[in-house]
Amino acid sequence: MADKTATTPVAELTGETQQLVEHFGESVQPAEYEGVVIDAAKLVEAATHIRDELGYNYLSSLTAVDYLKEGYFEVVYHAYRLAEGGGPLVFKARTPRDVAKLPSLTPVWRGAELQEREAWDLMGISFEDHPDLRRILLWEGFEGHPLRKDWKEPYYEADAKPFKSRWPDGQHVRAEDRVEWHDNVQYPQGWNPETFTPETKTLLYKGLTSVPESGGNGHDAIHTDEVIVSMGPQHPSTHGVFRMVVSLQGETIVNLKPVIGYLHRNHEKIGERNTYIQNMPFTDRLDYIASMSNNFGYAITVEKLMGIAPPERAEYIRVIMAEFTRIISHLVAIGFLFNDLGAYFTPALYGLEERERILDLFEMASGSRMMCNYFRFGGVAKDVSEDFIRLARELAFERLPGIIDEFERYLNNNEIFRERTIGVGVLSTEDAIRFSTSGPLLRASNVPYDVRRAEPYSIYDRFDFDVVTRPTGDVYDRYIVRIEEVRQSVRILQQALDQIPEGEIQTGKKKYQDRVAAGQAYGRVEGPKGELGFYVVSDGSINPYRYHIRAPTFINITPLVEMCKGFKVADVVVILGSIDIVLGEVDR
Amino acid sequence: MYGNGLVNGLLVTLKHFVDTYVDDVRYLVKGGRYRQEHVMERQAHKAVGIYTVQYPDERLPVPENFRYIPFLVVDEATGEERCTGCGICAKVCPPQCIWIVRAKDPETGRPKTKSAEFVIDATICMNCGLCAEFCPFDSIKMDHDYELAAYDRFDALVFAKDRLNKTDTYHYQIHPSAKAIEEQSRKKKGSKDE
Repeated sequence: MADKTATTPVAELTGETQQLVEHFGESVQPAEYEGVVIDAAKLVEAATHIRDELGYNYLSSLTAVDYLKEGYFEVVYHAYRLAEGGGPLVFKARTPRDVAKLPSLTPVWRGAELQEREAWDLMGISFEDHPDLRRILLWEGFEGHPLRKDWKEPYYEADAKPFKSRWPDGQHVRAEDRVEWHDNVQYPQGWNPETFTPETKTLLYKGLTSVPESGGNGHDAIHTDEVIVSMGPQHPSTHGVFRMVVSLQGETIVNLKPVIGYLHRNHEKIGERNTYIQNMPFTDRLDYIASMSNNFGYAITVEKLMGIAPPERAEYIRVIMAEFTRIISHLVAIGFLFNDLGAYFTPALYGLEERERILDLFEMASGSRMMCNYFRFGGVAKDVSEDFIRLARELAFERLPGIIDEFERYLNNNEIFRERTIGVGVLSTEDAIRFSTSGPLLRASNVPYDVRRAEPYSIYDRFDFDVVTRPTGDVYDRYIVRIEEVRQSVRILQQALDQIPEGEIQTGKKKYQDRVAAGQAYGRVEGPKGELGFYVVSDGSINPYRYHIRAPTFINITPLVEMCKGFKVADVVVILGSIDIVLGEVDR
Repeated sequence: MYGNGLVNGLLVTLKHFVDTYVDDVRYLVKGGRYRQEHVMERQAHKAVGIYTVQYPDERLPVPENFRYIPFLVVDEATGEERCTGCGICAKVCPPQCIWIVRAKDPETGRPKTKSAEFVIDATICMNCGLCAEFCPFDSIKMDHDYELAAYDRFDALVFAKDRLNKTDTYHYQIHPSAKAIEEQSRKKKGSKDE
């Protein structure tokens, strides 16, 4: 981090932060760049005040930054108002590096639960009063906290790319040959795999078992026990390597704990070693069904820091790509929801059939079907051809509307589907907000919140579209929300394809290394699966100092246990399918 | 009536099922069920039913922008490499899979604008295309050859110049619109130098 001198700008106090300062006096100070710093002792009280009095009832993102030189960790919170929309209230809390302890905000926002566990796991900040503070992405025996600036991976070469060893005297050496175990692992001194039993592993199961009192069924003679079943990680219903440890009473779910991290690669550490542009292809690999959306979120965040905006044509191309991505993601989600229900592959195949056609378009524009790497800071990588526009028009105007109707005819009134999904996995409006869910999950629980409407980015304020909501928040409603959102995406596509102007696709000259002005930015887009946020801290060099992703599906699995309690094992599979998780993003 | 939804849904699948065969018969009349020239047509948005491309006997043509492991362009007439060894591709490469040794003048020891060695580790390359996008000399380009399978996991996939160098004829063949663009940018550069 560049030395923080007197020149580092201090955030100006707005109406709400001014109110906070007045209410809490000394405990709340204006922070650098944006927001306020709240004293750890007053954090819970202030957060409750922010939620109840100021109306910022939705905690979007929680993340930690390691200021090594200054000697403290900073946890950054972004809270939003759901009803009014608009920008965030940013507040921060600091703790010295050697103490690394802060009060947990889970009593105020349950949505902080997994995010605080992530901050503990990767940054080593312990949150007091957290209900279940265990490692979440890394395995239980992992030594150290990798996002700390003084932690180095086994393949460590230098703090930042580009590596000096590549040019002008670049002799090819495989990373595996440079390390002792010929793999990306390191062991602490004296560690023995034979005798090692991670303490937290027992904690996982201890949290699930409850000792039955006198059989629990009124017949003291008949003793029933709860059974713990580990579903996954290699289970066809889990959409990847997701594991659920469920405790069962007969076939009814009593408790459930998600176990994730099997696809973890510490995307954020990689991102901090990379230069800004180098991160773009890595974002493709987050939600790999929707790479264009990930590009979008990252591009607008860095553009915020750089203070540039793409030209008109590029904005339209971006919106077209993002909406096509949403269609793909929703069709795949619907298809695989039916797969989970036991409809086997037919609906999934029909979804994938349309996806193929859209992927052909992506390939035409960007050169790749899934890992598009198409957005650049201040524009897009390549202009789209006339052929592209023609094919996109044919899809948006002729084919897709009919396909959605066909999907509805095919599935909406299917009696088996309705029996299996109506009233299953209900998430109440209050819970949806409390758990910080986003996307179709939040909207199916009757919260009309869509980032495209609430805090319009790019040119979304120009298009006519409806924010789809449904009243009850069960699995069926989530399905209907997705189908309707595809329809709305087609509407946006039709408008965008009609209005797209000719012109430039890049503001300024594209550079292979961007030096980004020092600052902090949180950018978010409405990805297909929910609110996708990027928090980037720049220290003025060519590499981001901190690069954090608010992955929508990671946070959306927080209320999974609430949704599943009381349902059968077969329903859990469906409920998980209705959240529509992608492990590339959950595990990062 | 209870069960209506099910029946209506099944009618949709029946339609898809029939469509597939109807379309097959139509193309059978046109000269065979699987013909390379029909591949694109039967994948396009007006296609009815589902059509399977019989890879590797048939393949989908890749678009011009398609990108796979990069190659280096060599002038076929003179045998000269376009690469100047400037190292921009190695610096922009996200997984850092490009290794370049810059050529040196044997007498003075000063660096020459050529590369002595150029290695791309295809096991690391993520096909993002940034190297080709930022190369100021149009010398590194993304390939269309996506069949890389080899018997050896490591050495066979570390590409040196013998594997990377390809002629400009090949380059213009897979990137037909590149020639005009390159000439234009060369003209621009030329006028700047004057």
